[in-house]
Amino acid sequence: MIYFDNVSKLYNDGRSAALQEVTFQVAPKEFVSIVGHSGAGKTTLLKMIIAEDRPTDGQVFFESIDIHQIPRTRLPHYRRKIGTVFQDFKLLPNKTAYENIAFAMEANGRTDDEIAENVPQALSLVDLSDKAWNYPGELSGGEKQRVAIARAIVNQPDIIVADEPTGNLDPIATYEVVQILRKINDLGTTVIMTTHNKGVIDELGRRVITMDEGRIVRDDSSGKYVL
Amino acid sequence: MFTAIRRITRAGFVGFWRNAYVSLASIFVLTVVLFVIGATMFVDQLLTTSLGALQSKVDINVYFVPTASEEDISSIRKAVEALPDVALVTYTSREEALENFRNRYSNNEITMQALNELGDNPLGANIAIQAKELSQYESISRFLEEQRLQALPQNPVIETVNYGRNKEAIETLNTIMDTVERSSSIITIVLIFAAILITFNTIRLAIYTAREEISIMRLVGASNMFIRGPFLLQGIMYGLVSGVLALLIWYPIMVWLGPRTEAFFEFNLFTYFVSDFSSIFMVIVGTGIVLGFVSSALAIARYLRV
Repeated sequence: MIYFDNVSKLYNDGRSAALQEVTFQVAPKEFVSIVGHSGAGKTTLLKMIIAEDRPTDGQVFFESIDIHQIPRTRLPHYRRKIGTVFQDFKLLPNKTAYENIAFAMEANGRTDDEIAENVPQALSLVDLSDKAWNYPGELSGGEKQRVAIARAIVNQPDIIVADEPTGNLDPIATYEVVQILRKINDLGTTVIMTTHNKGVIDELGRRVITMDEGRIVRDDSSGKYVL
Repeated sequence: MFTAIRRITRAGFVGFWRNAYVSLASIFVLTVVLFVIGATMFVDQLLTTSLGALQSKVDINVYFVPTASEEDISSIRKAVEALPDVALVTYTSREEALENFRNRYSNNEITMQALNELGDNPLGANIAIQAKELSQYESISRFLEEQRLQALPQNPVIETVNYGRNKEAIETLNTIMDTVERSSSIITIVLIFAAILITFNTIRLAIYTAREEISIMRLVGASNMFIRGPFLLQGIMYGLVSGVLALLIWYPIMVWLGPRTEAFFEFNLFTYFVSDFSSIFMVIVGTGIVLGFVSSALAIARYLRV
């Protein structure tokens, strides 16, 4: 489903590299965790998938499409196939939880009926039905992240890309978020997640890719956090 | 398509209310800008009309000798009317000139007695000439002077042309008008340029506070038009509200200024404000809308790249 073919990313000085000759693939319905120290290239890897960053060498494929050949005007359409979750939530501060989720559907051109039906479903999946009309400022970190996950899944994307989704959360909220991601994966959505959290990896018991200095150093099908 | 427009419109209105402080700041600045643009407009109008009125009072007079024949007078009159620079020629016959003279000096016994003693009409006919531009009087008077010299010495037609006496006053007025027009257009250009810069910067700051939101919208897969739309709509709303506010501020000022300008410039600004309200409204509110829209469009273009 996602295929990295010998991807390198060099910075402008031409020497320091964020990614070096990275090759791997992700199959549909997989749950892949990417671990590594800060600066190991995890976030750069995810940015390649959502077409926020371009490789200096190599290609990234989504199904059979070369992501970085997609013209700029078509990029919004491509991004609608991917749900994104970030460490800092990235919710729209002037919209309520409900409106944040509805916005992703509106941008997608869904009908009002679909929005009225799917947004409450997504909210109940992340167990936030009672906070639908609160603004992000009125929610806790864990609640914000659950809203962000609801927004990411509401368009039924093929894949969820989560960059350190538990990075700002306390252990209980972390547990809840991981359980939700696991539930989404069980329902059939591919999940790619970066994390620092050893507990999360050990708890999941799924595939783990370990990165160091821009290279993939380990790829275990049912891994532990080894660093 | 229709759904998208409806959503963009709603998002524009909601954003306008929820970012009330940012909206207020932008509207405040834009109102001041439009107020100033209005001020330059009204001052310009005041100067144009009052200088125009002054200009229409200037003319040169040609006095014919009393013995000049009707044909000679009318041929000169026709020649003058045919000049491209001439706007208006008013003919006063010998009889009318006498009538005017009598009216003017009806209280003056001695003058009236002297006139009656003469028994004959000592006055010649005359024509008053108005040029289209002040600068054209010079050439008209030169033409008249030639006409005067062409006539045979034993049969003169034109007695005097009074341009010489008015020359200095006309030239002074000409210089004043030139200076006023040039400086007022320079001031207008400078003010409008400053206005555009100030508006652009204010709206750019307003959108700068939303740059994070714009990047989020992009990540969620919103198309550029879907992101841009609400901001453009807000720019238009800023312009509309500011334009109306600026006009509301101008109204009491006009009520106060009206009689005062009437007394000084013989031009009532308040009457002008009321009678030309639709075009003033179009200019002020239209400028506001264009400024708001263009500033928003330029400001947002920066955050839509990548």
